[in-house]
Amino acid sequence: MKKVELINFQKSYDQRTQVLKGIDVIIEPGEFFVLVGPSGCGKSTMLRMIAGLESISGGDLFLGDKKANHLTPSQRDLSMVFQNYALYPHLTVEENITFGLHVKKIFKKEQKMRCEEAGEMLGLTDYMKRKPKELSGGQRQRVALARAIVTHAPLCLMDEPLSNLDAKLRARMRSEIRQIQRKLGLTMIYVTHDQTEAMTMADRMMILNGGEVQQIGKPMDIYNEPKNTFVASFMGAPPMNLIHAKVKGSSLVVDEQWLIPMSESIRAAAQLNEVTIGVRPEHIQLANDDEPGFVVVVSNVEVLGTETLITFNIGDKKQWIARWSGQWNLRIEQPLRIFIEDQHLCLFDAQTGGKLDGSQDSSFLNKEWITI
Amino acid sequence: MNLAQREPSPFKTYDEPERRRWMSSPFLAGMLFLLPSLVLFGVFLFYPMMRTIYLSLYLIDTQGEPLVFVGVENFINLFQSSSFQTSAKATGLFVLYTVPIGLILALVLALLANEKVKGIGFFRTMFSSTMGMSVAASSVIWMFMYNPSIGIMNRLLSGIGMSEVQWLLDPQFALMSVAAATIWMNTGFTFLILLGGLQNIDQQLYESARVAGVSDWYKLRKITLPMLSPTLFFVTVVSLINSFQTFGQIDILTKGGPMESTNVIVYSIYKDAFINYNVGSASAQAVLLFFCILIVTVLQFKLTERKVHYQ
Ligand SMILES: Nc1ncnc2c1ncn2[C@@H]1O[C@H](COP(=O)(O)OP(=O)(O)O)[C@@H](O)[C@H]1O
Ligand SMILES: [Mg+2]
Repeated sequence: MKKVELINFQKSYDQRTQVLKGIDVIIEPGEFFVLVGPSGCGKSTMLRMIAGLESISGGDLFLGDKKANHLTPSQRDLSMVFQNYALYPHLTVEENITFGLHVKKIFKKEQKMRCEEAGEMLGLTDYMKRKPKELSGGQRQRVALARAIVTHAPLCLMDEPLSNLDAKLRARMRSEIRQIQRKLGLTMIYVTHDQTEAMTMADRMMILNGGEVQQIGKPMDIYNEPKNTFVASFMGAPPMNLIHAKVKGSSLVVDEQWLIPMSESIRAAAQLNEVTIGVRPEHIQLANDDEPGFVVVVSNVEVLGTETLITFNIGDKKQWIARWSGQWNLRIEQPLRIFIEDQHLCLFDAQTGGKLDGSQDSSFLNKEWITI
Repeated sequence: MNLAQREPSPFKTYDEPERRRWMSSPFLAGMLFLLPSLVLFGVFLFYPMMRTIYLSLYLIDTQGEPLVFVGVENFINLFQSSSFQTSAKATGLFVLYTVPIGLILALVLALLANEKVKGIGFFRTMFSSTMGMSVAASSVIWMFMYNPSIGIMNRLLSGIGMSEVQWLLDPQFALMSVAAATIWMNTGFTFLILLGGLQNIDQQLYESARVAGVSDWYKLRKITLPMLSPTLFFVTVVSLINSFQTFGQIDILTKGGPMESTNVIVYSIYKDAFINYNVGSASAQAVLLFFCILIVTVLQFKLTERKVHYQ
């Protein structure tokens, strides 16, 4: 277990463009910390800087309580799992797992013991004498994990370790990695572009976009309280539905079609001409007869077994997705009357994308949606 | 009822004659595509090879016409001639001088040039530049360098207070001098291939090793050399064959002299065939050289098979 602290962490490869623009975070000992963001946002860069494989252009890195900016990778006492596993094709599984252990002054006997222990943990015992090319993708992944485990390093870094596996295996490895991390009490920094992995594995996560931190927090907090439209649309599958609305007098107007009356409190908070409304797919309900709702037209239906995803047009250009549990047999072009509870509406600043304070209070909106 | 029977077969079945036509036309088309290279290989490779083997078994007049079938007599004569033995020895020594040193030199240069340093492109270009130079041009350069009176070699020697050397005229030094020039000429090619091999190695293997903290020497032994082994094997085979067949620089620098000390087999073949008009002996030497190279190459494949890691 080891604490990791980044202070104003910056990176620039060419002294002109900033790849990381000042990141501050403290990763607690024993925490499973996920770094998530779209491709090219600087996740790998940040991980490699922590590992010491890239230089730090600005800011400080503390490992434990020690400043680590200028330590070599091996001095940082960490292990790393690479996206394509980085196994040595000419060495056997056993030799791969114990590669480099002699540097840490671990004797042959101890090496063998650790290797067997890790192999047992990951179900590799029967493959110890094989070469990597004689293994399946999942087994190679396990060898890479075993190699990280045998070092007994308190901090483990992983860069998209599951992205080369098929969906089923990925789901299994997710839980295996999580269990091993818990069992060994590792501090884990885990990079992924897959929001599902982030949601299911993380104790806490950081969402990164364009080298800037968007939000740091527990998965559920981030899901429920996205700080801005980027986080809202990145997390969740399908993501949060968003649409622009104009503030006209005392109401919000969506695409010239729907009018949402605003309460006094929101008018004070949102002194803007335009806002963005966000709704999670599972919060779009079929309106009961006594509930106010508005009519939309179904344009696609995906039945997933336990739930159904309904795509419908809202306004002229936008499509929203609703998620209803159960199997719904809907026709395309069928009109539906939908209803959203006020407490599930999120409001964002249309210009900056930032969340408007108080928009989670159910009080600011009046109860009715009125179709013009 | 069996469903499969009701399905029409997706494959059309052909009657015998029709099928043969169907098969033969792609075959013909394939042969047509192969024809240019078959013709070229036939005219410039297979026919001369067969002809050489054929000629090596005959007594041949000075016009190159075979007179009498003599079986292996040409070969027996060769093995008994001291001149051939000198040639064989010179060839062996020449290969021994050029191949290992050339390979190690190129490997060291490639390892250096593979580092990410500012201005490394310049060195890469320099190291590989000899590849773009013809044997004739480079031989002339070396001839000047070896020149006893105006050459840089002797000036360097006298600069450090040593006596001058007749580089290309002293039987003791001639072969080594030609070998040095040859190493210089071949380094560009070997270097370039090895550098390509090095750059093909996955960088993450080295990063993983950096995280483990192993020494550079350990990385070289445990990662670079094994991963480079297919490339190393390839350049070794090519360099060996190349070295066995060296001709141009010997013709320009020493003409097989002094005292036949640089009269390697290829040069001896040339002299026998085109100067002494002894085509039978020349053909026999060519055949021997061919089998010698063949055996060495096959041996190399057999011996190193287990040590080369193809991915
Ligand atoms: N070695 C490098 N040299 C220059 N630019 C780089 C280098 N590595 C990454 N970048 C740039 O840094 C940005 C972030 O890259 P990366 O950290 O790999 O993104 P991610 O892992 O999130 O997909 C990208 O715009 C990429 O082009
Ligand atoms: Mg990446």
